[in-house]
Amino acid sequence: MSASPLIDIQSITYTYPVQKMKRETPSVPALEHVSLQVQQGEYLAILGHNGSGKSTLARHCNALLTPDSGRVLVAGLDTCDGEKQRTIRDMVGMIFQNPDNQIIATVVEDDVAWALAVRGLPASLIAERVADVMEAVGISHLRGKPPHRLSGGQRQRLAIAGVLALRPQCIIADEATAQLDPLSRQEIVTLLHQLNSEYGLTIIHVTHLLEEVVRAQRIIIMEQGNIMLEGRPADIFADLERLRQLKLAIPEPIELAARLRDAGLPISSEALTVEDIAQEIAG
Amino acid sequence: MKDPIIVTQNLSHTYSSNISNALQKAALVDIHLEIARGSCVAITGVTGSGKSTLVQHFNGLLRPTTGRVIVNGVDINAKGADLKMLRQRVGMLFQFPEAQLFERTVFADVAFGPQRMNLSRKEIRKRVISALEMVGLPHHEFSLRSPFQLSGGQMRRVALAGVLAMSPTVLILDEPTVGLDASGRAEFYSYLQRIKEEQGVTIVLVSHDMAEVAMLADWLFVLHNGHLVMQGMPRSIFTQGNALREWGLAAPPLSELLRLVRQKGVSIPDDIFTLEEAFTLLKDKSQAHWMR
Repeated sequence: MSASPLIDIQSITYTYPVQKMKRETPSVPALEHVSLQVQQGEYLAILGHNGSGKSTLARHCNALLTPDSGRVLVAGLDTCDGEKQRTIRDMVGMIFQNPDNQIIATVVEDDVAWALAVRGLPASLIAERVADVMEAVGISHLRGKPPHRLSGGQRQRLAIAGVLALRPQCIIADEATAQLDPLSRQEIVTLLHQLNSEYGLTIIHVTHLLEEVVRAQRIIIMEQGNIMLEGRPADIFADLERLRQLKLAIPEPIELAARLRDAGLPISSEALTVEDIAQEIAG
Repeated sequence: MKDPIIVTQNLSHTYSSNISNALQKAALVDIHLEIARGSCVAITGVTGSGKSTLVQHFNGLLRPTTGRVIVNGVDINAKGADLKMLRQRVGMLFQFPEAQLFERTVFADVAFGPQRMNLSRKEIRKRVISALEMVGLPHHEFSLRSPFQLSGGQMRRVALAGVLAMSPTVLILDEPTVGLDASGRAEFYSYLQRIKEEQGVTIVLVSHDMAEVAMLADWLFVLHNGHLVMQGMPRSIFTQGNALREWGLAAPPLSELLRLVRQKGVSIPDDIFTLEEAFTLLKDKSQAHWMR
């Protein structure tokens, strides 16, 4: 690719300190010589079962973790450089499984403003930005509410708004839908896609659910600290057996489409969303 | 129903507030339900619909504000009702139960409950060993290990073994597979199936994962804002995608797909429910289509 990538991961290896302390057993690295480039404006999905290294990899993208060897550059800045870490984290924001861990204020509006306020930005600018990001994630009508009165999906939106207020280039969603009910989950995934297409925000979507990533631009699948598969969704879903070996659950609609295709029905392998598959089946 | 193990009549629950009456919240409103002995029922609904409040009545952790709850023939509000005995009979696995593990060894953690039931050491040992076997963690391999060095799925199964060691007649599971990956889930389901078949335990599953409900439950209750709004066999409830959406729920992806295909004019009977059924039907349908 021509332009330099937003995030450039160069052959990194990382072992958790707890692992290193074990005397008897050889320590197991969480990541082993992993390289990955994330382009500006890309929607990238990182998949894998529990313990495959996907979250560890994501945490290297904004210097929450730094590699034992190899290096990570974010917009050209080395994440190991302590002085640059602040800038890097402003550029690459992160949301987690449990939004409550990053909600601190007692009123929605104040929570969105918090990161801006501690950076000492002028009040008028803060007010404007807070209003903008609440609008973007669809929580304007909740501005005066206490966060604990919001639903799980609304609280996750609030967490996203708090990150967006810093005007990041990239958002990492680390299993951000894992605790939500199915409809809220779909809504958050749709929101991530909107932020990607409307604002050009780079999205790194970490999950173990294949059905969440059918609309991603690129998927990588991790196993034992390595990248095992990489490609467009249609390429990844072309080999369901391989996905099963990697301990991922195949969404039933995709499995049905594949079996009908194998039985000779004219169903395109590009159809991965429920809507597209229904269209193909109905012909 | 002939022999329901759990019955609620006009059950309402209002969380009281010390600050003001205005902050009181009706969590459950006039719930009538019956759960058949030996069945597996699921309770679903969006966050805040009253699922957890409801199941906490089943072992007397909460008492009804009005109405009655009868478990195994015992009215939990009756004077002199033995709640301690009730809680041994009705085992509850809370959300993220691995957070409640605390002992040094797997054996000690599973033995914690039975040790408080005035059982002989021999009986306790027997129960712990069989509970561990039941969840696929063989005693000789796992008993002496620390529960904190196991995988997330294994830790959760240790917590489940701790409840099973009390020999409950009803097992309540609150979102038991949230946060587990596909293989962890599949394993948890297979052990649950086994417990159901071999022990004849009645299982009450709180879940908003409809695929999970479809696989495990014989009967489904849907709660919304504290009201019981729907009940029936999962297979018939999932054909009503629009009604479910009204309650903030989604049918399993396959049911949703079939609904869309029907919408586009392909006739698919309502009772098509599993991947196998859908595959057979659609394959035959298209062959017939080409033959014409």
